[in-house]
Amino acid sequence: MKPVLLWTDGLVFLLLLAMATAVYLSGRNLQMRQQWREVFRSRLGMAAAIIVAAYLGVAVLDSLHFRPALAPTPALTGPAGNSAEIHYSPRVLSVLDLFFGELNDPTEKSYSRPFAAFAFSQESLTGPDGELVRAYPRLAYGGRHLEDPSKHLPADLLLKSLGAVGLGAGTGLAFAVVVAGLGWFFTRGRRTSWRRYMTELWRESSGLSWKTALFTFIGVCVTLAWLYQLSRWYHVFGTDKVGGDVLYHTVKSIRTGVLIGLLTTLVMLPLAITMGVSAGYFGGLIDDIIQYIYTTLNSIPGVLLIAAAVLILQVYMNNHPELFETEAARSDLRLLFLCIILGVTSWTGLCRMLRAETLKLRSLDYVEAARAFGVGNAVLLARHILPNVTHIVLISIALDFSGLVLAEAVLSYVGVGVDPSMPSWGNMINSARLELAREPAVWWPLAAAFVFMFILVLAANLYADVVRDAFDPRAALKK
Amino acid sequence: MWAYIIRRLLYAIPILVGVNVITFVLFFMVNSPDDMARAHLGGKHITHEAVEAWKAARGYDKPLFYNPDAAGPGPVTETIFFEKSLRLFVLDFGVSDEGRHIGSDIRQRMGPSLAIAIPTFLIGLGMNISVALLILMFRGTRLELGAVIMLVGLMSISSLFYIIVGQYTASVLWHLTPISGYGESLLGSWHFLILPVIIGVIAGVGAGARWYRTIFLEEIHKDYVRTARAKGLSELRVLFRHVLQNAMLPILTGVVVVIPLLFLGSLIMESFFGIPGLGSYTIEAIQAQDFAVVRAMVFLGSVLYIGGLLLTDISYTWVDPRVRLS
Repeated sequence: MKPVLLWTDGLVFLLLLAMATAVYLSGRNLQMRQQWREVFRSRLGMAAAIIVAAYLGVAVLDSLHFRPALAPTPALTGPAGNSAEIHYSPRVLSVLDLFFGELNDPTEKSYSRPFAAFAFSQESLTGPDGELVRAYPRLAYGGRHLEDPSKHLPADLLLKSLGAVGLGAGTGLAFAVVVAGLGWFFTRGRRTSWRRYMTELWRESSGLSWKTALFTFIGVCVTLAWLYQLSRWYHVFGTDKVGGDVLYHTVKSIRTGVLIGLLTTLVMLPLAITMGVSAGYFGGLIDDIIQYIYTTLNSIPGVLLIAAAVLILQVYMNNHPELFETEAARSDLRLLFLCIILGVTSWTGLCRMLRAETLKLRSLDYVEAARAFGVGNAVLLARHILPNVTHIVLISIALDFSGLVLAEAVLSYVGVGVDPSMPSWGNMINSARLELAREPAVWWPLAAAFVFMFILVLAANLYADVVRDAFDPRAALKK
Repeated sequence: MWAYIIRRLLYAIPILVGVNVITFVLFFMVNSPDDMARAHLGGKHITHEAVEAWKAARGYDKPLFYNPDAAGPGPVTETIFFEKSLRLFVLDFGVSDEGRHIGSDIRQRMGPSLAIAIPTFLIGLGMNISVALLILMFRGTRLELGAVIMLVGLMSISSLFYIIVGQYTASVLWHLTPISGYGESLLGSWHFLILPVIIGVIAGVGAGARWYRTIFLEEIHKDYVRTARAKGLSELRVLFRHVLQNAMLPILTGVVVVIPLLFLGSLIMESFFGIPGLGSYTIEAIQAQDFAVVRAMVFLGSVLYIGGLLLTDISYTWVDPRVRLS
């Protein structure tokens, strides 16, 4: 096994580091700490944050990539039998793939319905007497442990679901207790008894919605356990045209969606902050130039600019195939470029808001006073301007995320999205939309992609609303 | 007023030059015309002659900026920059990589695009504003909370879902409308347009009504609203007349700028419903890697956007007499 660090993986870990730093820094700032408490005081905010975090967790698991070692065969080791050298599979797997076991590869021949034990279309089979009959063949994976699926399938489903729900709830509860225990030990262990600490948490006497957090967390655990447990015996969301498990594809798509939402922001933030703040702060020629740049970029309709850039990128990649060691590295680089292009088209909005806010701050008394004391530009920007525009940055990160996840699907449909070989909701929808016209309709790949996307986008939208209400000073005035 | 408009039009020139430079760098310098030819011809074994022939047929065989071999003004005019980029300024779009005239294609496809975009825009506008105001009528009740959550829900659904599911239920299951297509003329095609317009309006209502709601919320606490209520006006009249009129300025900022872009149509809607407008034209060009068409559409798009900004400023004077353009 050889770990592989793709470009986007590195950026994901960088992003996690940045998030940890941001949490640490805002923990030291009293006002920020209160605003974050405001976010988690809201039941909606707490529940949405946990669901988004669950998606983020899946995306991180899916970002730990490696190439499995191949079993030594004569063809690989060569005639000299040089077996000390290990060869690695060209296929890049992630830790998430380990959970799915056999489902990494197509297990069936073609379509099958969710929880089916038989294929979707009839085939010619050899009957017990040796004659050919048209019938629905048994699936190789789905319901393979059942002797007579038509009789035992519902009972088996029920039994396995109950088991999974129990398992999920138990694990979730145990995990929550451990986390609470750690919290008690490190913060209040000497002063408050364990019993009292738990009662306070349950009654939410600190104001934070711990009860909502517990229920949402257990809900997430139960869902994950149910999906995992049943996917070991069935195709929970059926199979697609080539017999691949739809659940596997949908879950693998989570990384793509989350990454597009997050990396685009990471790419555009430095650009938007430097440009916006310096345009507002320095004014004059710098302001003119920066305004010219963003008006020009803004005047090209976003989709067209993205389409033009991705087309050019496609041509470049096709003409330089030697740059990419594996298929994964190739599609990964395309994802990264897509994020960069989306960032280039979307930084202008934030830049304009930052410019306006800086322009306002620049003429405030405390800034003038600092300047009169001879404080230099660099210190003034870092100490007095930047901390006072962070709320705009935060709100815009939260608000942009869901739009970017939705944009991926549309761009993939237009043909300028992620690489067609990369699992993504857009690619799933694109390949499944024509199958709806079959008789009877093949609806499950579409349903799976839309449901997973909807839950993420809804949670992100609700969370963004709560963040905006907590951080926007104008919203605070209205209360 | 006229001086203002002329000055704004002059401002537009450097921006269009900027757009032109961006597209030129993207299409001719990041990738050379040779790369484009190879991408277009496809396959592994492309001869040098085939590449040259492809370039010559489309006029990509000239130097980028300076052509020392030409006579007269030729060194400047017989270059890719002049022929492919500068000509866009007089809206001469040239010939697509497929050999068709882009200008006449655009004129022909503008009609269907507008036929679907204008009704969607107008009905959507009315719908979004009414929904936002109606929600405001139930301020502070559970109904408001439910409606707002529903709007967030509607907003979180992918537009592809609305189109795919709408097309499937209305056309395939219930046979209410044709699945896709477009008639000979505008009047003969209304039954093709109903479904895309309805779907377009529904798909936009979540984000749209929420946006208008925030605008109206800014207004609702102002003094004139209290005065109007004190006079005994009905809530309906207060909201739909007084608040709406006063919120016109921020509404126009967001709305007028998109009007010229209606010409470009809706990319995915047109392509799903087989409407031969500019949106599907663009998608086809992207999928066929027709760089000339994409380049033309980028330029046209920014011209329309700048026109929209100008229109926004002019419309301010029209709704608010206090605004003077100078």
